[in-house]
Amino acid sequence: MATIELQQVEKRFGDFQAVKPMNLTIHDGEFVVLLGPSGCGKTTTLRMISGLESVTTGDIYLDGRQVTWLHPSDRDIAFVFQFFALYPHMTAGQNIAFPLQAEGASRDQVRQRVDEVVRLLRIDHLLEMRPNKLSGGDKQRVALARALVRRPAAFLMDEPLGALDAEFRESMRAEIKKLHLDQHATTVYVTHDQVEAMAMGDRIVIMSNAEIQQVGTPAEVYYDPTNLFVARFVGSPGMNLVSGRLAGDRVRLPAGNALPLPADQAGALADGLGRDADVVVGFRPESAAINEDGALQGTVYASEHHGAYTMLHVSLNEHDLVHIRSSRLGRYAIDAPVRFDLEPAMIRFFDPQSEKAVQGNAHP
Amino acid sequence: MATFEETGPRTPVTISSRVDKVSPRARLTSNVRALLVLAAALIGLIPVLVMGATAFKSRSDVVSVPPKVVFSPTMEGFVFLLTERSQLTPSALAAQQANPEDLSLFDRIALQNGQRINGPSDFVMRLRNSLIIAGGSTIASVVLGLLAAYAFSRFKVPGKDDLLFFILSTRMLPAVVVAVPLFLMFRQLGLHDTHLGMIILYTVFNLSLTVWLLKGFIDEIPKEYEEAALVDGYTRFQAFYKIVLPQAATGIAATTVFSLIFAWNEYALALMLTSQKARTAPPAIATMLGRGGIEWSAIAAGTLAFLIPVVIVTFALRRHLLRGVTFGAIRQ
Repeated sequence: MATIELQQVEKRFGDFQAVKPMNLTIHDGEFVVLLGPSGCGKTTTLRMISGLESVTTGDIYLDGRQVTWLHPSDRDIAFVFQFFALYPHMTAGQNIAFPLQAEGASRDQVRQRVDEVVRLLRIDHLLEMRPNKLSGGDKQRVALARALVRRPAAFLMDEPLGALDAEFRESMRAEIKKLHLDQHATTVYVTHDQVEAMAMGDRIVIMSNAEIQQVGTPAEVYYDPTNLFVARFVGSPGMNLVSGRLAGDRVRLPAGNALPLPADQAGALADGLGRDADVVVGFRPESAAINEDGALQGTVYASEHHGAYTMLHVSLNEHDLVHIRSSRLGRYAIDAPVRFDLEPAMIRFFDPQSEKAVQGNAHP
Repeated sequence: MATFEETGPRTPVTISSRVDKVSPRARLTSNVRALLVLAAALIGLIPVLVMGATAFKSRSDVVSVPPKVVFSPTMEGFVFLLTERSQLTPSALAAQQANPEDLSLFDRIALQNGQRINGPSDFVMRLRNSLIIAGGSTIASVVLGLLAAYAFSRFKVPGKDDLLFFILSTRMLPAVVVAVPLFLMFRQLGLHDTHLGMIILYTVFNLSLTVWLLKGFIDEIPKEYEEAALVDGYTRFQAFYKIVLPQAATGIAATTVFSLIFAWNEYALALMLTSQKARTAPPAIATMLGRGGIEWSAIAAGTLAFLIPVVIVTFALRRHLLRGVTFGAIRQ
């Protein structure tokens, strides 16, 4: 098992900068998720670690060993592809044995190691089948087995669940996570699905526009996004963001609403942004509570019944729509006025100019 | 009377899943069409059938009017084609006929015409030349084409589009136009009438075809397979022959047949650039017309023998060809 270190790693395709110089350290045994919208450079980063793509500048270290210019086959890493990349002319068993044959392992060794991973993944009944006869979930299990069988220093997974049906995706998610807990293998996992990232990652690296936006545990990126992009991107739906303006011990919000602030927080915000400055107020749908005596008000725009909870879309005015998660399962009439409160500790503030989070945020 | 549209078919429908193909009229039309296609196919096959029959006819049967459809087959044509014979004097003839059990089948057939077999004819060598030259150039052009196609498909080659067009453009001039300069060059280089020269020539001619065809086939193989092999511990070349080659089998088979057919059938350049040592079968068959009387059965036998290798290869690769000649149009 190994640490992975990226130092000022950059990738340009001609004039296009796919990955801006970035630094990242992935610890031994850690499950790190690279999360971001498509085209943000996360897959390119993964391919650079694997050696399938060369870096333009910068260095990559695997367990302290400089590997930047090593051939992929010399890096001791395994790669799991989104579309499985199982060799179609070989059976599942031959696919799994293929990496071992590259090492020149003996027949007995191959059989023993294949048996091991096959039992681990419970795919012994599939060994004689060709990949085109396997279901999506089984294909990915075989692909995982092929990656595991070599006991590589690190696993790189490029959206391994992206090509699966929804029903397989959740069970495979749990399976991969369990596999990681068993093996404690350093894993870098690329996805654009923030639910997957939250569920699986020890740490999440959020990327956008070819650079890292935030690195943190799922809780950190969820509760304390460092900028508006992360606030919007993480969570489903993302954080509610409402523009307002500081006014003494309160923030003036659209449609005559005002959010009262504790004195020390108001002071900290005024110090950070300046008095009467514009500010973006952010809060999660579950940090708001419907309350007849609530300080804020809007009208019900839509109400979605999700079974365990109801997601209310509340419009403050024509432009500002916020999501409020209510555990009350009653029906909310469309266009009915509704009042709500925010949990003070869970409110976040952002500078609308720099889009960054502002000091003065209370911490839970 | 109720129409078919009102009553529907009387028996459960198993012939087609298309409603418009079930009505009696539609079935009649499709039967008529099938008959027409069959008739056209038969008409197209007549020359081949006539040739096949002629190859087994005796000298007198060949020229009989009207042509004989039923005849007693003989190997005469093949004997004439494959052997050099000399006329026997009456006394020698009698001596030979005295103990026929010593004679092989070919000897006996020659004897019926009062001839003795002296040895194999030139045509055997022509066929052998054809095999060597067509086989050698096919292997060379497919192997070289594969390597070039792989590089064009997978790597950033400077001026890739121009190079590909240049390769294609070598195919734009008809062979006859380049024959004279080629003849002069070959004579200077000592390649005239050599196997090597003809192999090089056909390889060059076929390369444009093989590079373009194979590039199309390799383009369709996702590059993830090789990338998987690369991280699985294999070199680029190992990934190429362990992963890409097996998956390109269909394309390689189709390309092989196309190059083989071209090299095997090529006539004009072979006529001009070979004379004796490396002369291939097509010009040799044509020159048989000019020697003494026209031996139609020998010519037919030669053409038949000439067809066989291509038929065998095509037949052996037929499983791949069906998918191959559609150029990947029915993948997935």
